[in-house]
Amino acid sequence: MFEDGNIVNELLIERLNYFIYVILLLIGLYGMIAKKNLIKKLIGMSIFQTAIILFYVSVAVKEGATIPIYLPEHDPHGQTIDVKEANSTDTKHVGPSVLKPELVKDYANPLPHVLMLTAIVVGVATLGLALALCQRIFQGYGTIEEDELLAKMESREIRSKALSVQIPKEKNKNSKNSDSSSTPPKSKVKKSVKSASVKTASAKKNSSKKPNQKKQAAKKKGPLKGNK
Amino acid sequence: MENAIAWIFIFPLIGSVACAILGISNRKVSYPIAVFSMAGSLWAGIETLMQVISSKELIVSYLFGGWTLDAYPRGVGIEFHADILGILMTLVVLGVGLIVALYSKLPVQDETPGKESLFYTLFLLQITGLAGICLTGDAFNLYVLIEVAALTGYGLIAMGSHRAAAATFNYLILGTIGASLYLLGVGYLYIKTGTLNMVGIRDVILAENLAESPTMQVAFVLIGIGILIKMAFFPFHAWLPNAYCNAPTTTSSLLAPLVTKVMIYVMIRMILSVFGVEFSFESNLWTELLPWLVVVAIVCAAIMALAQREIKRMLSYLIVAEVGYMVGGVWIYNYYGLIGSIFHIISDACMTLCLFLGAGIILRKCKTTHFDGLRGLFSKMPLTMIGFFIGGFSIIGLPPTCGFFSKWYLITGGMVSERWEYMVVLMFSTMVMVVLFFRMIERIYIAVSESGENLGHGHGDLGIPKEQTRFDEGPWSMVVPLLLAATTVMVIGIYNQDVVDHIEMFLEAFDLPKGTMD
Repeated sequence: MFEDGNIVNELLIERLNYFIYVILLLIGLYGMIAKKNLIKKLIGMSIFQTAIILFYVSVAVKEGATIPIYLPEHDPHGQTIDVKEANSTDTKHVGPSVLKPELVKDYANPLPHVLMLTAIVVGVATLGLALALCQRIFQGYGTIEEDELLAKMESREIRSKALSVQIPKEKNKNSKNSDSSSTPPKSKVKKSVKSASVKTASAKKNSSKKPNQKKQAAKKKGPLKGNK
Repeated sequence: MENAIAWIFIFPLIGSVACAILGISNRKVSYPIAVFSMAGSLWAGIETLMQVISSKELIVSYLFGGWTLDAYPRGVGIEFHADILGILMTLVVLGVGLIVALYSKLPVQDETPGKESLFYTLFLLQITGLAGICLTGDAFNLYVLIEVAALTGYGLIAMGSHRAAAATFNYLILGTIGASLYLLGVGYLYIKTGTLNMVGIRDVILAENLAESPTMQVAFVLIGIGILIKMAFFPFHAWLPNAYCNAPTTTSSLLAPLVTKVMIYVMIRMILSVFGVEFSFESNLWTELLPWLVVVAIVCAAIMALAQREIKRMLSYLIVAEVGYMVGGVWIYNYYGLIGSIFHIISDACMTLCLFLGAGIILRKCKTTHFDGLRGLFSKMPLTMIGFFIGGFSIIGLPPTCGFFSKWYLITGGMVSERWEYMVVLMFSTMVMVVLFFRMIERIYIAVSESGENLGHGHGDLGIPKEQTRFDEGPWSMVVPLLLAATTVMVIGIYNQDVVDHIEMFLEAFDLPKGTMD
């Protein structure tokens, strides 16, 4: 494996790309799994995807190759053209040719790059969707820290159970309807983030002062009211 | 129809665009568009199945952009490649899609008001992605379609509550890890073989004897782990229960039967058509390791299902257990096991559909899917309960339903290849499922008689006022699709031999150990 040249040379110069890709991949994976902040998770996800792009692009590297656009004389779909030969005034008649391996070896392989264009598009779509989800989570819970999120979800579940026991069925139905109808329309989402955060903060105060169940019900509606 | 295979995708794609555009002015138009595109797509799928069966090589191939397959290694352009397995899976996807589309009218109106057209746009794109996964013949195209299906799936799930958004976020993170690992594996395959066409990769592996190459091993491991994460195999299942429980009714009834099963199909396709049977099973540590992981997976998932007190959550864990069945059926490396796995994909899609459709109706009528809300439901809505429990009996594996026959083949496979641990664990989980469903039957039926009289002994607190037990069936637009699904479960069970014949036609081309039963 390392016959010519020492190991450092091999590892640092010839395979450097691959080392960086593995390191980036692991950093990304660590970020996605271990970080508690949702945005940090997304940063990890981006690093993870970028590492894979680096891998594909490294695979496609070819020394001394030209960009993959046909020279006129190689174009299999082109017209016959006249090419001036070097060191002479004669012109040669060159027609469309079938691409043989020896002809294409001077072109870089475009396929991995094209694949990565697609992968980048997919990555952008995923990231955009994930950010939208973050926003929705923030609207609902006022936090994007995973620990606080879990705690809030749990306490909200316990509260809704307690409410459903106390309030007879019809009222329960009403609260469900108002829940779904007060989901904000998409256009207002951006504007309402700020007000939602303010409202949740005030709702927090409320609940800490008077932790009885009626107030808690009010808190449940608090962040949603802020969106109207 | 010559290009029926292309029409499978044209219908839902055009339909989704039409939903998005026409839905701006008139939201009500999107439901008929969705149903119509699903019906058209299903018709094209059946047409393609006929073509595949009548063709000489049992394959229908469709090349995009007029590329040819003459070159070696095969495949410059993207090919859609329908063999019997692929087209059967596509029919499952399209059939489930049509039934859910029919069912979705009321739940979509009520659960995502004002967003019907967007919902159906995502719905149809989801179907396009899943059907594409089943039919594509190109490894990278498969990645793109997996992401199409996943992204639309995230959108569909997140249309539920804020809680659903949090669950979707976890799903998104894990799903992205899975798909990216798959992409990385495809990269290694491409380095070694120089092609992305699945048949082409297979040809190169055979021609140049690449089975010993470490690159191939790396590719196999990366693709394998990626797919296992996407299919919610036990240690990677964490995203599934929360995502499916908090999703809107229609979403969970669409995704629960399809997404995990389609990924198991991808695993079978990778093993059989890309890496090859010998490479996957014989030169690999996985053949020893995975059946034991399957045992752990089934036991844990069954026990966790037993611990749930809520129908949808319980069903989610059942899906995790069923995934264990199918992965096990593949990895015990046996002809009958593989037949069982493929058949179980089909029957599990049908019975999971039944159960989730039923749970959706229960949720709509009773406002809860908690076990305590089930009391006396049989006299209240008998048709829903019959549909629901036909699905349940199929999960347990009672004879006239299709679940019995697929489980029979799985157990036969375990017996022939002498994987006793797999057989035992199948029996164990069957027992657990009997407990699960009969516990529910006791609540809905036995504890309370039709007149509201308490018949249960030792259930003194279960007395239910009369008005709760009078006849009050769910809306017909939801009950009829449920009964349709239940009928499908029965019909596939009764005509199981026909399905198995087709699967055998597909598997004849592969060299699998058949063994003999003593």
